[in-house]
Amino acid sequence: MKPLALFIIIPLATAFLIALLGRRIKNLGDVLTNMAGAGLFILACSIIPGVISHKVLTYKTGNWPVILGSSFIVDGLSMLLLVVINLVCCLVMVYSLSYMEKYTDKWNYQALFMLMIAGLNGVILSADIFTLYVFLELASIAGYVLVAFSTEAEALEASFRYTIIGSLASVCILLGIALLYSFTSTLNMADISLIIASRSQQGQLLNFVSVLFLAGFGMKAALVPFHAWLPDAHSSAPSPVSATLSGVVIKTLGVYSLIRIFFNVIGTSSNLLNCLVILGLASMIAGAFLAIAQNDIKRMFAYSSISQVGYIIFALGIGTPLAVLGGLFHLLNHAVFKSLLFLNAGAIERVAGTRDLTKLKGLAEKLPLTSSTALFGSMSISGVPPFAGFWSKLIIIIAAIEAGHPIFALIAALVSIVTLVYYLKFQAGVFFGALPSAFANIKEAPLTMKMPMVVLAVLSVAGGLLLLPCCREFLQSAVKAVLS
Amino acid sequence: MKNNAPGMTLIVKVITRLTVGLILLYGFYIVLHGHIGPGGGFAGGVIMALSLIHLMLAYGKEAVTKKIGRRRGIMLSSIGAVLFLALFVSSSVGFIKFPVVPGGQHIILGAGVIPFYDIAISIMVGAGLYTVFLALVILITERDEQ
Amino acid sequence: MSEYFLCLILFCTGLYCILRKRNIIKIIVGLAIIEYSVNLFLILIGYRFKGRAPIFALGQEIPNMVDPLPQAVVLTTIVIGLAVIVVAVALSVRIYSKYKTFDITKIRRLRG
Repeated sequence: MKPLALFIIIPLATAFLIALLGRRIKNLGDVLTNMAGAGLFILACSIIPGVISHKVLTYKTGNWPVILGSSFIVDGLSMLLLVVINLVCCLVMVYSLSYMEKYTDKWNYQALFMLMIAGLNGVILSADIFTLYVFLELASIAGYVLVAFSTEAEALEASFRYTIIGSLASVCILLGIALLYSFTSTLNMADISLIIASRSQQGQLLNFVSVLFLAGFGMKAALVPFHAWLPDAHSSAPSPVSATLSGVVIKTLGVYSLIRIFFNVIGTSSNLLNCLVILGLASMIAGAFLAIAQNDIKRMFAYSSISQVGYIIFALGIGTPLAVLGGLFHLLNHAVFKSLLFLNAGAIERVAGTRDLTKLKGLAEKLPLTSSTALFGSMSISGVPPFAGFWSKLIIIIAAIEAGHPIFALIAALVSIVTLVYYLKFQAGVFFGALPSAFANIKEAPLTMKMPMVVLAVLSVAGGLLLLPCCREFLQSAVKAVLS
Repeated sequence: MKNNAPGMTLIVKVITRLTVGLILLYGFYIVLHGHIGPGGGFAGGVIMALSLIHLMLAYGKEAVTKKIGRRRGIMLSSIGAVLFLALFVSSSVGFIKFPVVPGGQHIILGAGVIPFYDIAISIMVGAGLYTVFLALVILITERDEQ
Repeated sequence: MSEYFLCLILFCTGLYCILRKRNIIKIIVGLAIIEYSVNLFLILIGYRFKGRAPIFALGQEIPNMVDPLPQAVVLTTIVIGLAVIVVAVALSVRIYSKYKTFDITKIRRLRG
């Protein structure tokens, strides 16, 4: 069996088996999803040596040639994203074992979650833009439903906005694909880039297509003019879902597709890169300042996601190899610590019953593990030296100075300080101070919720080790795939 | 005329009784001939689901939900999906092989695995669409009762 | 050429519905319109002057066949559009039962 197709077959099969038998057989969903999550992560790790030595792995559906059939391709960039997605999903599935107990139809959640993973893996693997669109829609639709899973009024409202804006984004992307097809008569990405490169006069069509794709993927990635849906959707969803949405979904559907389409298919121009820099800076600043004002923990984290995705887009817009390395490294780190923080928020909400900063206080002595892992996550995201987030931000800032944008580098450093401010507000509000009597007899979350948090906290420190020469090839091959 | 009976008037009921079987049959035809003419699993599945919805509109929802409830609909839809995946996996590994007869016009079993894919898709789509309709109807009536 | 303008008009109508209308159902209708306008555009891209349907039959040569790939693509996007509309309609039913209104300006419990 070809391993690449398994990335889609395993989650799909799990999803449909759970939908079929989940109501009848108790615990089937728990067993199957955790097996699938662990299996997918092992599978993702097992392709790393192959990609680093051979550069590109291909899988052809039904033995059609790559140009005619819909084939799957893994290069360095896809490998990085596959590892991140399957790591986060594996841990989130362990976490939801006990977190999702409060919902009566847990198997529906598990089936939808597996569908979303299938969509995400498909987006990463697909080699032609229409297959990418189909999987993107699969992941988005599963996401819309998962946001509304609790069927509370706020969740429904957030999910409706997410649905409308998400489908508007998809329409923009589809229109771009249609125009690109009319221009090149093919849907295969490598083929399109060859044909575009061989046409001497390109006219205005490609600019229009670029604008459509930028708007579509920008809405999916919640860049600043299109960010309105993200705080609502990510704060109303159940915590494991928010962890996945913030940790991997906006990066896969937004940032990865943006990189793939612009850097590998259409090709970049200086105008486009400037656009990305401006969008990135705007998201960075607006997200950080909006986050300070929030009193809802999850809402604060959601605005912080906008700000951090701004860093990634800013780094990509600078476009030098070092900046792209920093951007991709920050993408990986952000997936780790933002999932960690959302899982912490879920644990706090579960034991204390609220996520309002004004009501929470002094939980550190009652929740030692949650508070220490949250400290790791907060310090890592705000760029305090030994943690992984520091290294990626440092690389981005150095790259910006090297590329001749010292003012932008200064802004990035200042936004990092603002980030530290609101994460200190979070730490001070939730964990420090005297414990109110209302929280006198709360207990730490169960083991299955602690374990993923500890793993992610360790990774948020150990992530910096990826820059060591022996592990660097993992990131370097992704950078090469972006810039080739 | 009995106005308190569920469903629509006698005219609609009689016409429905006469046509609904034909619509279902047409759905089967579209599914089985999907690989040699226009149509296929999705279109056929939609037509089959529409025949059930037609019946539901004319006779009231209990007439159909007694036979196929929401749970059974979800189950059927999942069975279709699992069948599709099983076909994909087993045929791409080479575990099962179906004959391919090029150029045959009226040979249903001559296009390799495609007709079987069509059947799996039609089960999935038909049951899925019907379940969606049922879920929306039940949601609305639940709300009215509250 | 006029067909492409029809597409544009449909697209703008859908966009207007989504951006300006206050009723949730009308917004969903706008979404459907905008999706179908893009589908129509895809079909038009594949059209060839005096082209015929791309169906092979025994003993028949079709000289001027339209491009079949956009048609396959459109079938898939119709299915996706159906799924999105179903999700949106289900959400709107639930929203109505919680908020007792379809007016999007009154559905505002989330702030910030």
